[in-house]
Amino acid sequence: MTLLGDRQQLSYIASQAADARVNLELETEGMTLNIGPQHPATHGTLRIIARLDGEQVVWVDPSCGYMHRGYEKLTEVRTYPQVTALVNRIDWLGSFANEVPFILAAEKLMGIEAPLRAQHIRTILFELSRIANVSLFLGDLGVQLGAITPVFMAFRDREYVLNLIEGATGGRFHPNFDRIGGLKDDLPAGWIDETRTVMKKLRRFCDEIEDLLFGNEIFQSRTRGIGVIPRDIALQYGMSGANLRASGVDWDLRRDQSLPMAWDKVDWKVWTHPDGDSFARCWIRLQEVRESTRIVEQLVDTIPAGPVMTKVPRIIKVPEGEAWVCTENPLGEMGYYVVSQGDLGPFRVKIRSASFNNMSITPWLLKGVYVPDIVTILASLYFILGDIDR
Amino acid sequence: MPKVPGLFKGLGVTLGTFARTVTQGANTVQYPHEKETPPIRSRGVIALHEGNCTSCMLCARSCPDWCIYIEGHKELAPPRRAGGKPRQVNMLDRFDIDYALCMYCGICVDVCPFDALFWSPEYEYSEPSIADMLHDKVKLGEWMETVPEAPELEVGADKKGKK
Amino acid sequence: MNTASLIIAEVPYWGQSLLRVLGGLVAVLLPAGTIVYLFLFKMMSFMQSRLGPMEAGPYGSMQLFAEVGKWLQKEDIYPARADKFIFKLAPLIVLASTFLLVVVVPFGPDAWFTNFEAGIFYALAVSSVSVLGILIAGWSSANKYSLLGGLRAAGQLIAYELPMVLAVIGVVIQAGTMNLQGIVLAQNSGSMFGFDGLGNPYVLTQFVGFVIFMISVQAELTQAPFDMPVAESELVSGYMTEYSGFRFLIFFIGEFATAGVFAMIASVLFLGGWAVPFSWFGWTTMDSVDNWMNFAGPLILFTKMMVIMFLVMWVRFSYPRLREDQLQRFAWKVLIPISLVNIMLTAILKVAF
Repeated sequence: MTLLGDRQQLSYIASQAADARVNLELETEGMTLNIGPQHPATHGTLRIIARLDGEQVVWVDPSCGYMHRGYEKLTEVRTYPQVTALVNRIDWLGSFANEVPFILAAEKLMGIEAPLRAQHIRTILFELSRIANVSLFLGDLGVQLGAITPVFMAFRDREYVLNLIEGATGGRFHPNFDRIGGLKDDLPAGWIDETRTVMKKLRRFCDEIEDLLFGNEIFQSRTRGIGVIPRDIALQYGMSGANLRASGVDWDLRRDQSLPMAWDKVDWKVWTHPDGDSFARCWIRLQEVRESTRIVEQLVDTIPAGPVMTKVPRIIKVPEGEAWVCTENPLGEMGYYVVSQGDLGPFRVKIRSASFNNMSITPWLLKGVYVPDIVTILASLYFILGDIDR
Repeated sequence: MPKVPGLFKGLGVTLGTFARTVTQGANTVQYPHEKETPPIRSRGVIALHEGNCTSCMLCARSCPDWCIYIEGHKELAPPRRAGGKPRQVNMLDRFDIDYALCMYCGICVDVCPFDALFWSPEYEYSEPSIADMLHDKVKLGEWMETVPEAPELEVGADKKGKK
Repeated sequence: MNTASLIIAEVPYWGQSLLRVLGGLVAVLLPAGTIVYLFLFKMMSFMQSRLGPMEAGPYGSMQLFAEVGKWLQKEDIYPARADKFIFKLAPLIVLASTFLLVVVVPFGPDAWFTNFEAGIFYALAVSSVSVLGILIAGWSSANKYSLLGGLRAAGQLIAYELPMVLAVIGVVIQAGTMNLQGIVLAQNSGSMFGFDGLGNPYVLTQFVGFVIFMISVQAELTQAPFDMPVAESELVSGYMTEYSGFRFLIFFIGEFATAGVFAMIASVLFLGGWAVPFSWFGWTTMDSVDNWMNFAGPLILFTKMMVIMFLVMWVRFSYPRLREDQLQRFAWKVLIPISLVNIMLTAILKVAF
């Protein structure tokens, strides 16, 4: 009861704060600006209906669902290997990271665990897809703010990571490499050496982006103090990932959760930022790319020998039961609640994707900002439409 | 050393890239004129080894978007040994993959129990019309020549675990 | 009176007019094309580790003609609720301001279109005409994004007109004339503290003015970091959103031709224009300049323009854009006070020396 009371109080405070940002100087007739679904700032097909007073946003309503593909329903009529191929497409930039929690949930239901070598390689590929995802964010951020060069740098260096993923799995965007009980195949020879050189290139890319964008006074003036999410409100809206860590919450599922993955075997740091503004969110992601390169470099040195697949039957039937597994994906907390009734495919899958919850804060956050800041804030929240709509 | 303002650092980055592109060349691959070799495992196109196919339909059934079309019939083949009974063999009449639908997940290659389907890194098979993306078994068989050997595995791999 | 002017004098009036029109077209379109190819296609690509257009012609040098051909083929679309007459007029106004601007630029001792006494005053005045075109383009498109873009453009161009004028005043005080030829003469025949090997390019003595002028030019041309009116990621190209085909082409030419002309004016004001320092050849006055400068002058001016454009484009490719209110604050709170101080110092020093 007290919890509910606290929540109500917090939501009251939040609404008051949002209203306070709206500053109606003249009683003018508002203009309704329809941003999207075909707008470059919305990364796809998000629609934002904004009522403006001059250039100030008075009221905003994000309207998603333009890309709804019915994944949760599709999973009910697909077998487990087919679902793995499907969930690749949820967050298409970090696709391998989508497979992992689903596979882990299925393995949890079956009571098996992947061999150590498979866990290591899974973690490496997970971090590589995080790098591929977030490095594109760093470039895209520049485009949203009007700088055209960073995005090409991002595409240039992300290409190396995609080549790595392709070399190991065969697919550039949609690896579909995870299997229940391990991995489809082992790494090809020479892959580890290539990974080391690519990680060096990625760190140089981070330095370049930091010099080009984060150190730029114009960039700082555009992002600092814009779209501030206080700690309480971030928690209240169920945000996760870098958006939450930028609000000062030290919370990372890679560290705080015990999963059959290899994150606990290496030395890395969870970055947090006290400010909670757009700059903090972007900065946290930049640091995360660096941490990911460190994780990958340490992991490729310590891959244990052994098989990459445990003994599983050829036709996989997952025993009856329910399992929830979530991981810290590039966009935030991504989880699958798998209900199985002993069939070839799951009975029901609830997909918790990070972007949907991160997006839900926009009506509060965009109230009272200026039109150019809508773009800044949306860019810094970093959502992927496939991840919102599923 | 006094701190260089970020504005000038940013200019330095672009000028540095400019100089690097002029001296070392760009990252661009001039595609039709020069081509990159895709990795061995690259999932470019599915090739069919027709002799191995028994038209068991496993691939067609496991395909998430039903883009494989198989038709076959049974035939009596002459017996292996003299005086034996005639064998029944499955003859493949039609094996089409609609690459306009295929999402390159590779499940069909995985489930094939007789090693009839293979991944080839071949990627230049685009067509002006979407209907022409439906390729039949002759075309799929031609791609069989482009299928590379499986790559060597990284140090520490358990080679016995592989099929 | 030398030969070039003699030739001009013998040509009938209609011939002179035709020559001037052709000259104006060359003076506007040639720099625009070169800027687009060299900077927008190639330099930007190299700064982003790519090659840029490579297929049309050697190293893609015919790309611009291919683009023009593409634009000409496109359907001429206008929105149903657009104010059609004004909608069609707007790009022409923008382009016209460019042609009005180029007529005062001197290309050589006798190679000029007009030689106004108040040349720079006229140039700054007609450069604002393009605001009109942009504003009515934004308004007549019947599109909210275009309207926002047009209003932003109007606010921005008016705000940056002022620092630009104030920065030029320093040059005018130092040269003692508003005639652009006079400013060229003053720079190249002048001396710095008795040393006349370099003449007296005002980029050295009026460095603050130069920086302010360049920032204002950047804003006037709506190049990043001041490209909010066309901000493609928020306003989807602002006032140009609804334009297609030939009309978009006119806007496009207008943008880069204006950039070229502004760079020419900047090089006239601060880099010595078409001339090299007169002391190199022993010239003292405008009349003693050799006749070949009428042909070398445009090339020299062109080179200087390219240097200025390099700076403009370099900044454009490196920086993110400011916000509208930050831009206004920057203009009114930073640039204008600095330029006023600059004028004051220039005037004091002018009197003192």
